[in-house]
Amino acid sequence: MPDKTRHGPGAGPQPEAGAGGTAAYGRVSPAGVDTAHGAILYLEDVTVSFDGFKALNRLSLDIGVGELRCIIGPNGAGKTTMMDVITGKTRPTSGTAFFGQNIDLAQLSESQIAHAGIGRKFQRPTVFERHTVFENLELAMRADKRVRPTLLGRLTDEQIGRIGHTLDLVRLTAHAGREAGLLSHGQKQWLEIGMLLMQEPLLLLLDEPVAGMTDAETERTGELLDELRGRHSLVVVEHDMDFVTRVAGGGKVTVLHEGSVLAEGTMSEVQSDPKVIEVYLGR
Amino acid sequence: MSAPATHALTGQGAARAQTGLPAGAQAPAPALAALARRPLFPPAAWAGLLAATAALALLPLLNLAFAPGHPLHVSAYAVALLGKFMCYALAALALDLVWGYAGILSLGHGLFFALGGYAHGMYLMRAIGRDGVYGSDLPDFMVFLDWKAYPWYWSFTDHFWYAMLLVVAVPGALAFVFGYFAFRSRIKGVYFSIITQALTFAAMLLFFRNDTGFGGNNGFTDFKRILGFDITAPGTRAALYWATLAALAGFLVLARAVTQSKLGRVLTAIRDSESRLRFIGYEPLGFKLFVWTLSAVMCGIAGALYVPQVGIINPGEMSTETSIEMVIWVATGGRGTLVGPIVGAGAVNGLKTWFTSVFPEFWLYALGLIFVLSTLFLPQGLVGLARRLAARRGKEA
Repeated sequence: MPDKTRHGPGAGPQPEAGAGGTAAYGRVSPAGVDTAHGAILYLEDVTVSFDGFKALNRLSLDIGVGELRCIIGPNGAGKTTMMDVITGKTRPTSGTAFFGQNIDLAQLSESQIAHAGIGRKFQRPTVFERHTVFENLELAMRADKRVRPTLLGRLTDEQIGRIGHTLDLVRLTAHAGREAGLLSHGQKQWLEIGMLLMQEPLLLLLDEPVAGMTDAETERTGELLDELRGRHSLVVVEHDMDFVTRVAGGGKVTVLHEGSVLAEGTMSEVQSDPKVIEVYLGR
Repeated sequence: MSAPATHALTGQGAARAQTGLPAGAQAPAPALAALARRPLFPPAAWAGLLAATAALALLPLLNLAFAPGHPLHVSAYAVALLGKFMCYALAALALDLVWGYAGILSLGHGLFFALGGYAHGMYLMRAIGRDGVYGSDLPDFMVFLDWKAYPWYWSFTDHFWYAMLLVVAVPGALAFVFGYFAFRSRIKGVYFSIITQALTFAAMLLFFRNDTGFGGNNGFTDFKRILGFDITAPGTRAALYWATLAALAGFLVLARAVTQSKLGRVLTAIRDSESRLRFIGYEPLGFKLFVWTLSAVMCGIAGALYVPQVGIINPGEMSTETSIEMVIWVATGGRGTLVGPIVGAGAVNGLKTWFTSVFPEFWLYALGLIFVLSTLFLPQGLVGLARRLAARRGKEA
């Protein structure tokens, strides 16, 4: 369904039809998800209304394979609702959400969507506070997560090595045996990103990854995203404009407003868009 | 990076952290492997478990070997009492698996306990044969109701092993079906607790009816023999006691194996944040159903061991108080510790035995007080208290 990538009325300017700007065509093509057209996520005319209030209003968006897409927008623009639709927490009132060309997200449960390869980091860190850092990563690790293998399985050396690698990546090796509830706020955020990485997701959704972080932690998170860039498709929802400017680089930024796409382009294009300025600076 | 650095210096994990983990090493670093592969019990706990089991196993021997009046004699009353307490302890252990680990508070475990008891009771009733008051093939209560034959669901219950199958299958099947619908509808927390309570109450009303075919409010009693042995003989009583002890120790090890596996960590994750667990790809339904059914089966076995030792089973075991008392045993001993509920069941029932002989009418008030006090002052129960004291002593030394 290549035609689904065309934007609906009300959507902002879109430079190319089909895949996003920085998409690497067909580079990651795991079994199950068909990304032959270069895009990993398509939202088409998605509307979500709560008692008549439209949290999303005919939102259309597509994310390329391997792309790092930043999504910004004022409060209430529908950013979190969009994440909820993608992860199956909220069902669209109308419109379609596809993972690759072939997986209809509206048909799957939250855990099935996670299995298909979409990982989500929540706004507030939601690690398992009473499990150790190691156990958090172990629980998240891509594996057969049905009852019997979970009861009888034992970690292989290779799996322990993978956990060790992720611990290094998120700089929590020294804290592996601590209860996650004892970590600092920034460390919890990284642990959560580490948990996402353990699932080897194809698409990673990060909801305000640097909210509440110190400058040093924010900088470290930027480095972490740089390391993930290209290896995973990433969607970053963020309020912190400096951070968005830093991680977006020359990549595409999408501005949401009142539940639909207001503008799309590089950070400098978007920042000079009069509509965006009006929304951000008040009317 | 100042915040993580200070944590590394001050946190509990600092000691382990300083062992150092070479980045990108091929074989897993020893510190990580130690986190990943934990023994079932630490050596000290194995020793303690074996010592406690051996000491408990010795008591019936002391009862049989020494005549009353001898300083080493243990009274038959004490042996019977401990046997009963161990059945309660097994039920508490079962409840701890679902409540302490998966966070599912059941106020209906008395039902599974009673069903296991009734299933075994059916065999024991038929083993009476013609030695009943009326000398009939049918149990006395059926003769009294003028029934001419056993109802269909009593079929084959004259076979001991079939009755044992029912002990496992009936509570297990009920828990599975009930759990499937409740968990699938995502019924949680206090709502789930109330429904288990309602189910148990409904079952109690059903079993109180004479027409149900389980002896109405009198239940089953006057058992004569089990597997051909006189049920009141000291040797039979000792064998039942040992069977109970073996079941308790075996299920403790099994429960420990379950909670130490990755599945145990999934259960505690369900308890702490079920929706989060869904997002990392686990479907909680199967896990809850597994532990819930396992727990019900354990509770049924506890009931089946209880009935021949106590000599009676009636619908009172399904009363609200019985199920709530089980929760109090677990809370008093220490939720989510496995050993705690066993200690708690022993401690609370020991106290109950003393209390009901001295001030019988005040026991329920005392029980309520225990619950309030342990909730306020012993959030982790007696086991938590012992651990705190041990930690303090460790610090002073």
